[in-house]
Amino acid sequence: MARIEAEVDKSKDGLMKWINDRFPFTETMKYHATEYYASKNFNFWYVFGVLAFVILFIQLFTGIFLTMNYKPSASEAFASVEYIMRDVEWGWLIRYMHSTGASFFFIVVYLHMFRAMLYGSYKKPRELIWIIGMLIFLVLMAEAFAGYLLPWGQMSYWGAQVIISLFGAIPWVGDALVELIRGDYMISDITLNRFFALHVILLPLALIGLIFVHIVALHEVGSNNPDGIEIKDKKDADGIPLDGVAFHPYHTSKDLVAIIIFLIIFCCVVFFAPEMGGYFLEHANFEPANMSATPEHIVPVWYFTPFYAILRAVPDKLWGFIFFGLSVIVPLFLPWLDRSRVKSIRYRGWISKSALCAFVIAFLALGWLGTMPADPPYVMAARVFAVIYFAFFILMPYYTTIDKTKPVPERVLYHG
Amino acid sequence: MARLKNIDSFLIVTICLLATQGLAASGGAEVESANIDPNNINSLQRGAANFMNYCSGCHSAKYVRYKTIGEDLGLSEEMLVDSLMFNAESTFDTIQVSMPSDDASQWYGTAPPDLSLMARAKGVDYIFTFLKGFYVDAESPTGVDNIALPGTSMPHVLWELQGYQSAHFESYEDSEGFVTTTFKGFKQITPGMIDSEDYDKFIRDIVNFLSYIAEPVRGFRVMLGKWVIIYLIFFLIIARMLKKQIWKDVK
Repeated sequence: MARIEAEVDKSKDGLMKWINDRFPFTETMKYHATEYYASKNFNFWYVFGVLAFVILFIQLFTGIFLTMNYKPSASEAFASVEYIMRDVEWGWLIRYMHSTGASFFFIVVYLHMFRAMLYGSYKKPRELIWIIGMLIFLVLMAEAFAGYLLPWGQMSYWGAQVIISLFGAIPWVGDALVELIRGDYMISDITLNRFFALHVILLPLALIGLIFVHIVALHEVGSNNPDGIEIKDKKDADGIPLDGVAFHPYHTSKDLVAIIIFLIIFCCVVFFAPEMGGYFLEHANFEPANMSATPEHIVPVWYFTPFYAILRAVPDKLWGFIFFGLSVIVPLFLPWLDRSRVKSIRYRGWISKSALCAFVIAFLALGWLGTMPADPPYVMAARVFAVIYFAFFILMPYYTTIDKTKPVPERVLYHG
Repeated sequence: MARLKNIDSFLIVTICLLATQGLAASGGAEVESANIDPNNINSLQRGAANFMNYCSGCHSAKYVRYKTIGEDLGLSEEMLVDSLMFNAESTFDTIQVSMPSDDASQWYGTAPPDLSLMARAKGVDYIFTFLKGFYVDAESPTGVDNIALPGTSMPHVLWELQGYQSAHFESYEDSEGFVTTTFKGFKQITPGMIDSEDYDKFIRDIVNFLSYIAEPVRGFRVMLGKWVIIYLIFFLIIARMLKKQIWKDVK
């Protein structure tokens, strides 16, 4: 502690004083880093927020360099991507980092959301953090969807064709809406241009804005922890939470280790398996978009497949679209669906534990089924798992009320 | 710690499951493994020559520069000019086709596709099976059909080497009257200039070359990747020591 105070003293004169008189630099650093206290018992699941931030940075950085060489026109887009891959210095690395980053963004965000579900991080007083997080997730989906059209390969084209046409199921305004999104009567150069604009300007801007608000809201109420205890309830004489350690240098040094482990996995994909067996870069996308030849079977990229499987599980087009939409936004209501007295899964009963387990299985199964052709056995299985998916949310107010909880300890569990 | 381990292995299993799904099967016949060796420079050089002699008359590889091929396959500029560059002016040119694509569409029904990325789009095994899979079909305008791509408009360009073969199908009618036809195998009708083992080797070289041009940087990518991982592991050890040092007073 003494060392940190010595650093603060530096801000009383010299350049730091000059800056601090004009901008709350030291104050901001203290508030968000050196005097932001988070529980010392953070585990594996608590690294994904930071990792999502790292990926955001990777995507922005590589995205800028891609934009310098990419041509957003139907006649040039595909060739310009190959130009980046073959002729631009280090272009292949930049492009693989960006394409791998897109998939990893979703892996990390899904795990980040799962963490919140494990430890009840969405519960009071963190409802707003969760809602902002869900908005980030929606914008991220739009961002990924717009970006996937840009290479202008067969799967870019037909994937976009299928997803955009879904909006046509909406009564009365459907067709007009589809035309509005495409800007044309089919997916064309015009669509590519507007998706490029959305992908590089509007959506990243929205993403950065929402992430900023997400973190401001988090630092206002403080981070949850694996025990689901409010560490601010137990403070020492200086007003510092007894179970908290400063974000910097404690959590940053821990996060650095996590970031490097993440980078090792990330680089293994970038350097050794950038296509990831056709999941990160789909094989059909190595053929240029051809509006007169439909690929054998059209599958959205893996991160959309859980929701896509639900869409296909419903026999009716409109209802399929409704359930598809509901499946994406229903987690938004978790703070009010969950009536449990405790936050963390550690102190919940077997019903909540089994429910969460069933939910994870259903989500993964739907993700796999979404990549398979829409044959009857797969569709039937998708129906079963879709019911489990929705039951997890709809029955939550009931089963979290009757579920027996264990007593929550006074202080967080920490074994050094 | 035990719990952490479970979570980790669960994740690893999930990621492996995601990764093992390979290429979708295509056509009716089973796909034969191309069994190529991307590190075999001789095979790639032969493949380049075969490609330029037999494929490039109709198929372009419009993203691939001769210069890149020369650098990666250890060919000097003279060798490139003498043995590969039939219709190109400079080594900086890409592999273009002299046949206008409009004419080609009229002659074949569809223009021969560009082959720059074919190996990544269809997979090397598919192309290998395709090049082996031409069989005599009197009803087809080209006189042949293909087991990997039924109804293909490509003639059997390599007939001199492989000779002609016929396909043997077996039909099975079930109780409801549905007829299922399965492919049973090929039978050589006229011999080619080389035997079937040499023919396999010949097309394996072409497929190897196609795989190379689909991503010329692959070899360098994998080589560089190893160093990146070694660096990161070294960095990980230091970061881990730093973390331990900082956390040593947290009780």
